[in-house]
Amino acid sequence: MSSDQLQGYKKTLNSPYTGIKGWIDSRLPLIRMMEAEYLKFPVPKSLNYFWSFGGIAMFCLIGLILTGIFLGFHYKPSAEDAFDSVERIMRDVSFGWLIRYLHANLVSFFFIATFIHIFRALYFGSYKAPRELVYIFGLTMFMLMMATAFLGYTLPWGQMSYWGATVITNLFSAIPVVGDAILQLLLGDFTVGDSAVNRFYVLHWLLAFAIVGLVVFHVITLHMTGSNNPTGSEPQSWDETVSFHPYVTIKDLNAALFFFIIMAFILFYYPNILGHSDNYIKANPMITPAHIVPEWYFLPFYAILRAIPDKLGGVIAMFSSILALGLLPWLDTSKVRSCLFRPIWRYCVLLFAVNFLVLMYVGGKPAEDIYVLISRIGTAYWFLFIFVLAPLVGFLETPRQPLTITNYLQSKKA
Amino acid sequence: MSDSKKPRRDFIKLSAMTLGGVGAASLLIPFISSMNPGKDTLALASTEIDLSPLEEGQSLTVIWRGKPVFIKHRTKSEIDVAKNTSLDELPDAEEDSARVQKDNWLVVLGVCTHLGCVPLGQKASDTKGDYGGWFCPCHGSHYDTSGRIRKGPAPTNLPVPPYVFLTDNRIKIG
Repeated sequence: MSSDQLQGYKKTLNSPYTGIKGWIDSRLPLIRMMEAEYLKFPVPKSLNYFWSFGGIAMFCLIGLILTGIFLGFHYKPSAEDAFDSVERIMRDVSFGWLIRYLHANLVSFFFIATFIHIFRALYFGSYKAPRELVYIFGLTMFMLMMATAFLGYTLPWGQMSYWGATVITNLFSAIPVVGDAILQLLLGDFTVGDSAVNRFYVLHWLLAFAIVGLVVFHVITLHMTGSNNPTGSEPQSWDETVSFHPYVTIKDLNAALFFFIIMAFILFYYPNILGHSDNYIKANPMITPAHIVPEWYFLPFYAILRAIPDKLGGVIAMFSSILALGLLPWLDTSKVRSCLFRPIWRYCVLLFAVNFLVLMYVGGKPAEDIYVLISRIGTAYWFLFIFVLAPLVGFLETPRQPLTITNYLQSKKA
Repeated sequence: MSDSKKPRRDFIKLSAMTLGGVGAASLLIPFISSMNPGKDTLALASTEIDLSPLEEGQSLTVIWRGKPVFIKHRTKSEIDVAKNTSLDELPDAEEDSARVQKDNWLVVLGVCTHLGCVPLGQKASDTKGDYGGWFCPCHGSHYDTSGRIRKGPAPTNLPVPPYVFLTDNRIKIG
């Protein structure tokens, strides 16, 4: 490297600020970065409220980590003490009930926000080039979220915790030949027990912070391409953008306010409505509850698991249902991003969302004939949507010419 | 650096990376192995049970390695049904005689081979499924009086744990 180049490289470290701010910023350029990425960052001016759910999900994550820290001060991760320590938090610890109910209900609302966020990505084509990696990091976080939620649900050591953990960890025993050895390795015992609850607690923390790490990648990749918007058209000039602050910050805070008012209503009036009453019975390895039901946010995937009459097949179908979604950027052959301009695909995506809710419903029902049939149809549509409709509809349909952001906003006014 | 030196440099780089890689990978062994059941857990691996209080038709659940084990004192008709079942009807074909040491005592792990729930059928009031043995409420697997899978998602029969008769009325599992 010549000395001229070196000079040029070092110059970029000179801060635009002066004083203490400048002193810090020229040594740690975070202030500069935050200003560029969060204050002045240009976003399309046509964003609707669907775009608030990423931020809302982030608020949920922060809330979960904060409440988790305070629960961790009192929780004891052992088969002997876990259930009692949670009951102590509920009864004896000052405001323990509030912190635990917050933690438990924030998870549910984290999933609600994430489901809406993913639907937004599908409907407005946010997964398509050049945002494939934003989408892939998002799906990875979604899978880690499910793993973290599952681990967290075992910690109170109630009947549903115990038997949910037993059923889910037994999925690994479906692996041919080495399945049982892997299961013992994961549990550190022959069954879910003291050893499992201890390591699940550690992994619950670890994965939570892994999600935080992936949020950083999700945001870096997003800020390389900029946000998508309802038209799917890229902004053509500065006129078609607004700065992130104050426009998006205020809008997202407003959306978050309404979202968390709904959460507060559940939290204070129906704090257990999203949980299962059997989890207030201490884990008993000798008695299986009559109906083992996973948490509501796992139900669509549980329905897919049960739709396949073969153990290994069911496990493969369940995991590949999410992995397959990651292929969508390459399977969707259409040049147009947004469903606003795609007459056929639009209904495919809406049906996918309805199908998701139907699977959620049948996943919570006993595995009886009619529900199994519905879950099979739903599972078939899930994979048909990704592997057949995505490539095919791109060829078959004639999309409308996408509006520019300016024309879209004018057409909405008119 | 002359071109003739390059292959030598490449060789050194490659062998250093390989050795480093093998070293790092072998360091994984103690860590992964530490996740397995510890010696204390393995030491709890056998249980002795007195069978004399069990009347014909009654069942007992004992704990072995933290899992329930079903001990069933089978009646004459239960034994006959188990013996006379054609192997063609069984998803996981196994003779009843291969699953018991003495015809009137059936000892099986009480863990559904589907996803690990404890099947119902131990208590007189429990539903015993369509084949008179056990029924798993989680995903609807039916087992017969030999603990063999007959209907439902479970892939294999309830496994028989290793056990020996110490006396006529006493067994040791594990």
